[in-house]
Amino acid sequence: MKKEYDVIIVGAGPAGSMAARYSAVQGISVLMLEKDRDVGYPVRCGEAISKGGIEEFITIDQRWISTPINKFSFISPGGIEVVIPLEEQGYILERKIFDYALAESAAKEGAEIQTRAYVYDLIIENGKVSGVKVEIAGEKKEIKSKIVIGADGVESRVGRWAGLKTYTDFRDMESGTQVTASNINVDQNTCYFYFGKDVAPQGYLWVFPKGNNLANIGLGVSGIIGKKKSALSYLNDFMDSKFPNAPVLTRVAGGIPCTITLEKIVSDGLMLVGDAARQINPLSGGGIASGMIGGSIAGRVAGEAVKMNKLDHIYQYESDWHNRLGKRHKTFDNIKNGIFHFTDEKFNNIAKSVAKVEVDQRSIGNVFKVALFNNPSLMLDVAKAFFKK
Amino acid sequence: MIEILPNKCDFCGCCVGVCPEDAIELKEAEIKIIEPLCTNCSKCIWACPIEVIKFNRNGVKAAS
Ligand SMILES: Cc1cc2nc3c(=O)[nH]c(=O)nc-3n(C[C@H](O)[C@H](O)[C@H](O)COP(=O)(O)OP(=O)(O)OC[C@H]3O[C@@H](n4cnc5c(N)ncnc54)[C@H](O)[C@@H]3O)c2cc1C
Ligand code: SF4
Ligand code: SF4
Repeated sequence: MKKEYDVIIVGAGPAGSMAARYSAVQGISVLMLEKDRDVGYPVRCGEAISKGGIEEFITIDQRWISTPINKFSFISPGGIEVVIPLEEQGYILERKIFDYALAESAAKEGAEIQTRAYVYDLIIENGKVSGVKVEIAGEKKEIKSKIVIGADGVESRVGRWAGLKTYTDFRDMESGTQVTASNINVDQNTCYFYFGKDVAPQGYLWVFPKGNNLANIGLGVSGIIGKKKSALSYLNDFMDSKFPNAPVLTRVAGGIPCTITLEKIVSDGLMLVGDAARQINPLSGGGIASGMIGGSIAGRVAGEAVKMNKLDHIYQYESDWHNRLGKRHKTFDNIKNGIFHFTDEKFNNIAKSVAKVEVDQRSIGNVFKVALFNNPSLMLDVAKAFFKK
Repeated sequence: MIEILPNKCDFCGCCVGVCPEDAIELKEAEIKIIEPLCTNCSKCIWACPIEVIKFNRNGVKAAS
């Protein structure tokens, strides 16, 4: 390890690895620091992603695919199931191996990687972030850099040390918990989503198959719900009623910041990417693909800034991100806020009207139309979502 | 005062993500409340998915 790098990345998740790769590919010196002893573990994720989300960055490899997905199934509080065939295929990943592959792809471009490296502070000189203070296997070190990229996930603190407001309002934080259980006898190519006040109020519960009747079963509920009943008790209730004897192989907790991108994701010498920048799709809670997109844009812009010797250029990342996804996330966030307040009755009515559509006519677009026309009040909610700034 | 129950935390970082005061430090398998910064606002308690943060009347016990 050197004493100084062009770019230092804090956190080796999907966002960090893409930031490392897209900066290293430009021939500059890059170091990625990860606090845990393993890249990609523990896995705090349902592992669902679209085909396009992967293929923008890496060729599909069976080593990190658990199962392909071609249907979504939505289950209303009253138990009405609506199955929708997908136009674009999806996958359930094996993220431990997937995250490894992403980090390897950064290493191939020349990025250095160090695990068991906990970043505990920033070096700030004349108001500009100029490196990190890190504890590597217990030993404290200071490493300088022109640019620091914070890819430190939902628990991000890097931005705060540079004076950015990065914490998420507890109402927008989906408190999540998940088990990976076996003997879950469901269709192995369908993702299941459960809604309603008894299952996962202000959120949803997922059953994502991983092949051979193994499945990720988890849920997220808003912090406002967690005040009264925790995500864990909701999940225990569901498992007790649906899969009482399923052996549980893994149990994790996790936070999903379902909100719009932070107001500021750049300051002098610092860029934030992925969950650290709150780049998750606030409607679905999916953050793998959007984190990779955020990371890749930041990595590219950081590399350009170093090569031009013009560090102000990193501010370009902010508008590039908003044009690519940030603006769309605002619309998704408005829709989420509408759906959050649906009553069980409304969910049931939507499910009933959609259930009348022939299965082969059920594209997401078509289902959306039917749901709208049969539930006029929903139309109002959606209109509000699109027109709210 | 806030206490994280020893040996029960999953180190997921959800509490860190909602703390307005930057008063929680999380390492790979170690967590602690930075007492001078904590205002006892309770947001971390509500956000913890597995209910392992509690009020503790005897004062903060930084548990790992
Ligand atoms: C229960 C749950 C289910 C989910 N399901 C899905 C899903 O099905 N599909 C989907 O697309 N998304 C899902 N998500 C969201 C997805 O997991 C995240 O959006 C994604 O992992 C974000 O990637 P990232 O690189 O930004 O952060 P992370 O993957 O969280 O990586 C951050 C890394 O930074 C490291 N780090 C943190 N602080 C420091 C420090 N101080 N020093 C050094 N290293 C540090 C961490 O150890 C970690 O490895 C889910 C999330 C949860 C919690
Ligand atoms: S009580 Fe409030 S200030 Fe204290 S650690 Fe929890 S969230 Fe932070
Ligand atoms: S939210 Fe709960 S489980 Fe997660 S790190 Fe905080 S105290 Fe531990």
